[in-house]
Amino acid sequence: MATFKIKRGLDIKLVGAAELVIKEAFTERYAVKPTDFRGLTPKLLVEEGTKVRAGTPLFFDKYNEKIIITSPVSGEVTAIVRGEKRRIEEIRIASEQQIEYVEFEKNDPKTLSREQIVERMLESGVWAMLRQRPYGCIANPDDAPKAIFVSAFDTAPLAPDYDLIAHGQGVAFQTGLDALATLTKGKVHLNLQSGNAGVSHVFLNAKNVEINYFKGGHPAGNVGTQINKLDPVNKGEVVWYLRVQEVITIGKLFLEGRFDATRIIAFVGSEVRRPHYFRTRIGASVRKPAEIAGIFDDNVRYISGNVLTGTNIGADGYLGFYDNQITVIPEGNHYELFGWMMPRLGKFSAWHSYLSWLMPWKKYKLDTNLNGGQRAFVFNGKYEQVFPFDIYPVQLIKAAITEDIDMMENLGIYELEEEDVALCEFICPSKIEWQAELRKGLDLIKKEMS
Amino acid sequence: MKALRKIIDKVKPNFEKGGRFPWLHSVFDGFETFLYVPNTVTKSGCHVRDAIDMKRGMIAVVIALTPALLFGMYNVGFQHFKAIGAIATFWEVFLYGLWAVLPLIVVSYGVGLGIEFCVAQIRGHEINEGFLVTGLLIPMIVPVDVPLWMVAVATAFAVIIGKEIFGGSGMNIVNPALLARAFLFFAYPLKMSGNEVWIRIGEGAHAVDGFSGATPLGDALVGDFDKLHASWSISDMIFGFVPGSIGETSFLAIMLGAALLLFTGMVSWKIMLSVFAGGFATGLLFNQIGANDFMLLPAWEHLLLGGFAFGAVFMATDPVSSTQTEKGKYIYGALIGILAILIRVLNPAYPEGMMLAILLMNVFAPLIDYLVVRQNINRRLKRVNK
Repeated sequence: MATFKIKRGLDIKLVGAAELVIKEAFTERYAVKPTDFRGLTPKLLVEEGTKVRAGTPLFFDKYNEKIIITSPVSGEVTAIVRGEKRRIEEIRIASEQQIEYVEFEKNDPKTLSREQIVERMLESGVWAMLRQRPYGCIANPDDAPKAIFVSAFDTAPLAPDYDLIAHGQGVAFQTGLDALATLTKGKVHLNLQSGNAGVSHVFLNAKNVEINYFKGGHPAGNVGTQINKLDPVNKGEVVWYLRVQEVITIGKLFLEGRFDATRIIAFVGSEVRRPHYFRTRIGASVRKPAEIAGIFDDNVRYISGNVLTGTNIGADGYLGFYDNQITVIPEGNHYELFGWMMPRLGKFSAWHSYLSWLMPWKKYKLDTNLNGGQRAFVFNGKYEQVFPFDIYPVQLIKAAITEDIDMMENLGIYELEEEDVALCEFICPSKIEWQAELRKGLDLIKKEMS
Repeated sequence: MKALRKIIDKVKPNFEKGGRFPWLHSVFDGFETFLYVPNTVTKSGCHVRDAIDMKRGMIAVVIALTPALLFGMYNVGFQHFKAIGAIATFWEVFLYGLWAVLPLIVVSYGVGLGIEFCVAQIRGHEINEGFLVTGLLIPMIVPVDVPLWMVAVATAFAVIIGKEIFGGSGMNIVNPALLARAFLFFAYPLKMSGNEVWIRIGEGAHAVDGFSGATPLGDALVGDFDKLHASWSISDMIFGFVPGSIGETSFLAIMLGAALLLFTGMVSWKIMLSVFAGGFATGLLFNQIGANDFMLLPAWEHLLLGGFAFGAVFMATDPVSSTQTEKGKYIYGALIGILAILIRVLNPAYPEGMMLAILLMNVFAPLIDYLVVRQNINRRLKRVNK
């Protein structure tokens, strides 16, 4: 048991945190989005009108046919929504009130071999919960990861409280961990927040794992930060990671023999009237929770995920496969007279040319305005202060922009994913798109490697 | 203010593609974004962004330059009236200086921004704010009597050769303002050094008897330390009532600017501190050697003289041309301090070493960064082999 202090980082304090109350939000409208899975090319197994149960395969990966994505609910496929170049964007499903499940065998994972566990997870679709570094795509079942990481807390703006979410799920969580432990020859790391008196006993009593403590603000809760401190990814190595609710889903597969896609999500943001938690399922429409919680205005952005890394899904959108929160914030599509030279006390900045650093207690209502125009890199020195890796962020992103593969490798790109450079992007005075550039770099390397 | 927005929205289509003046698009965009933060929203990545942008960063530096600039104006007037032996009120002194310095600023901004606008339009880019700082720095680091056309030529040279051919602000190798000064210094040395250029006497006026016109550093160079210390007290040097380039003379005003820069955090305190430390240490070393009078000048006096403080605070810290790595900043800064004093004391041809020291280290900054980053890469390689 070790404690790691994360000194570098930035907490963006936003208005609209969720009250610790869980409400039900039944909806008929669901969608599974192949775009949630990085680098996956979907091949459909269903068409409009197909009846599905929770756990019925919807599509598989063209380049790795073992990887199957299954339906989170039972009902009927109502539409296959395609975008540009006929790319599949959504598989919409009208759900029944009473969910029917595809029944899988129930076993204690401790009694199963690795092959059996892998096979069960693959056929039920819960395998997709496991993601890997490098690249952040779904884990390849043929790889032998050197370790598996689970972060049991989230430090991102308005992030959900996993202690609340995991409450009462001890058995499922432990069963999930037992399954994970057979997948790696290395350790399964469960990372908890140090200094949090309310850490759930579900986490504290977890067996068959290595428990580590992390202290500090965002991004101490990012699994990338934790991997970097515990067992960094070198070239040629693979680690797997997943989130708390995903471990519970895996556990339930072995306990109940079902793909239980239940998710407790935080419905948050300054535009939400009564922000709180909802019990719903992967792929649920956000309309229902929005109706129940209430939205102040029309000119808003619905984000599946947090404000740093989430996806803009619109008022008619659906909860992403990996997401645990929906954030609703005002759009910033308005002009501001002389904004750049005003005191702007209502705006947040990590830079001291604004005074927000003198008011650390203040919470902000931030909109989606870019607050400037894109420029070349000029000001420096601040990125390192919000980036707790032993990596030179500016040099790395420049290597990614210039497509210098050797340099990207040398500078440690294999350790990173979008969420790790999100704070660099947030504070960037040149408004460089860090996350997009990093992804381009990773895609380029992946292409060259294969 | 809604009326203003309406007017802008009305004329805007004229400057877009297919409008009447598409060739003025960048210029229009420059003015529009100056007035209004645009309504652009985030498309990818973070949905919310920090309130900082390039304009805010640059204006912070411009504000930090203002104390030194205002004092510089006053000092131009002060030196003038002192030289002709006349007595004047505060406002007469300041207005004289303002009148002398303003044309330099106008020419520098006019030429530089003109080129920036043209290049931005040709490239189809937005106008970059970098020149807001450069354009103010150039008049502050030249003698008051430098002809306006020379400033124009030097500015054009610095902006085109020093910056635009590399791709504009953020891509340049050396500090453009210093490049402009170096251009003047080597192309027109008679107007940039000696004892004639630092104080404006003005047509029809005559200097009083015994007037020298030399800067303290000029006196130091020729080894005239008695004169140096007889003419100027230490408080003169701290407050800045000495001849010199317009913005460089007042240690106090520069430190006020430094405080502002460090408060806003737009530049690196590491560089600033290590330039002073490097200079001071070198001064001490020369004190120990003591081979000539100049070497015996107290180390701390070096920091007050000439352009050392101005260079350390506003020039060496330029985030683009300095080192980008945190460790590198210490090395880079210290070497500038050391070289500046080295050139000052050991090179008889140049009275001031700051400009050349910074330009030289600008060129070496990428090498320092390379070595620092290499350490990180080696550390990562070791991790694999462990």
